[in-house]
Amino acid sequence: MIRRALEVFLFLAALTALWQLLYLVSGDVALSSPRDTAIAAMELLIAESFWRHVRETFSAFGYALFIAAGGGLALGLGLGLHRLSGAVAEPILVSLYSLPKITLYPLILLVFGLGMSAKVAFGALHGIVPVTLFCMNAVRTVNPAYLKTGRIMRVSRGAMVFTIVLPAALPEVFSGLRVCFSLTLLGVLIGEMFASQRGLGFLIMNAVGLHDVRTVMAITLLLAAFAVCANSVLLMADLRLHRRV
Amino acid sequence: MMRIHAELQGVTRVYPATPTHSAVHALGPVDLALGRGEFFSVVGPSGCGKSTLLEVLAGLAQPTAGSITFESATIQGAVPDGVGVVFQDDASFPWLNVRENVAFGLKRARLPAAEVRERVEYALSFMGLDDFALAYPAQLSGGMRQRVCIARTLVTQPRLILLDEPFGALDQQTRLLMGDELLRVWRETGATVLLITHALDEAAMLSDRVGVMSARPGRIIEVVKTGWSRDRDSRLASDAQFGNITSRLWRVLREESLKGLGRTGTPPRKQETI
Repeated sequence: MIRRALEVFLFLAALTALWQLLYLVSGDVALSSPRDTAIAAMELLIAESFWRHVRETFSAFGYALFIAAGGGLALGLGLGLHRLSGAVAEPILVSLYSLPKITLYPLILLVFGLGMSAKVAFGALHGIVPVTLFCMNAVRTVNPAYLKTGRIMRVSRGAMVFTIVLPAALPEVFSGLRVCFSLTLLGVLIGEMFASQRGLGFLIMNAVGLHDVRTVMAITLLLAAFAVCANSVLLMADLRLHRRV
Repeated sequence: MMRIHAELQGVTRVYPATPTHSAVHALGPVDLALGRGEFFSVVGPSGCGKSTLLEVLAGLAQPTAGSITFESATIQGAVPDGVGVVFQDDASFPWLNVRENVAFGLKRARLPAAEVRERVEYALSFMGLDDFALAYPAQLSGGMRQRVCIARTLVTQPRLILLDEPFGALDQQTRLLMGDELLRVWRETGATVLLITHALDEAAMLSDRVGVMSARPGRIIEVVKTGWSRDRDSRLASDAQFGNITSRLWRVLREESLKGLGRTGTPPRKQETI
């Protein structure tokens, strides 16, 4: 435990040193120093207006994550259980996954208009495909011996889905949810950057417009800290689930 | 006179043609009668339809032709009550601990909690799993996981136990010991057992009768009666008769295995018993 903490500390120290070095090379125009950024981040954290933007971003993120995860799970489960539908949908989903989603943003703005719903839709669009693909493949590759065991135990088809298929697929599904978490946050922030008057994405773009490097880097630092912490927790849960298999 | 417990009459299984594959005649016609409380093993060349035979008898697959009866009732594409199956692949559920795995079938059958607890504790104790009740399958060896699967089958109190190469993935010593465990289960429960195996020594040691299947499409071409007493165990391996039975099985099986590999052999023998 102490060794692990020391490793993390050394990694963060090395990262800060590299950052400081880059700052010394590039100067104030492109970067702010680690010290200035930390001060700016503290200033943001005590400002009430900052928390309004945080609430806006995380409301959109929460809705988008709910839609992406819920929709992806339902879609992935359905496509995984119905082989023909899965075979038809898979290439379409893979193409959609590799498509730069930003190209669809004008369309989303036309459909949903400016505001919360467009951000939620754009975030959900980023997150729903990986969950669907992971869930579909996990359901398809459930050990056939589990399903035969269920039939031998005379488990009904519906109960089989909830008591065998989903638990067996859970480790892979959770990996998909982890990817979904990161991509949905990315989608919401991109949505705020290009068409919003509120939220952390908007704050970043506003600071870029004012050439306020210090604020840009402070918000980026806070978002990175959140993403790393959340992803670490999800990764730990993910590894724990995979260890059982 | 043998009291018939399960019977296959003229059973065939043909997998229909698909756009990429032609039709495959996998099994039969097979005629086989299992006596009540009998231990019957089936050996045969790889791909001869042994597992298909088990699946149609379990009600997991529909035969293309023929009829299957269990306790005088016809099996028609549904798993009948009183049948338990142990598969070769590890089928213990990794998300459940040993106790939950063993209780799985009983909970689905909505039995009273007290009865579930009683049956599960008995099965855990019987299979020597008491100390591992809270362990997860990933923490157990292959042999222990197969014990969990047998215990899970045992708690449902099956009258016909079907085993599809259950010890195929285990080392020789563990297989011999698991064979002893299986004989103990068979003696204690009085169930009829059908064991699919590729190990001739396992079949010769465990069974009352051994059926030898031909190369695909698999048919029972010879049935060898072992004549062992009911309280046998793996120490039979040093008995002279054990060698005779194994040699007899191999003589028949060698021809069929060569056919399975695409080489010619002498014509198949007529069905007979010793």
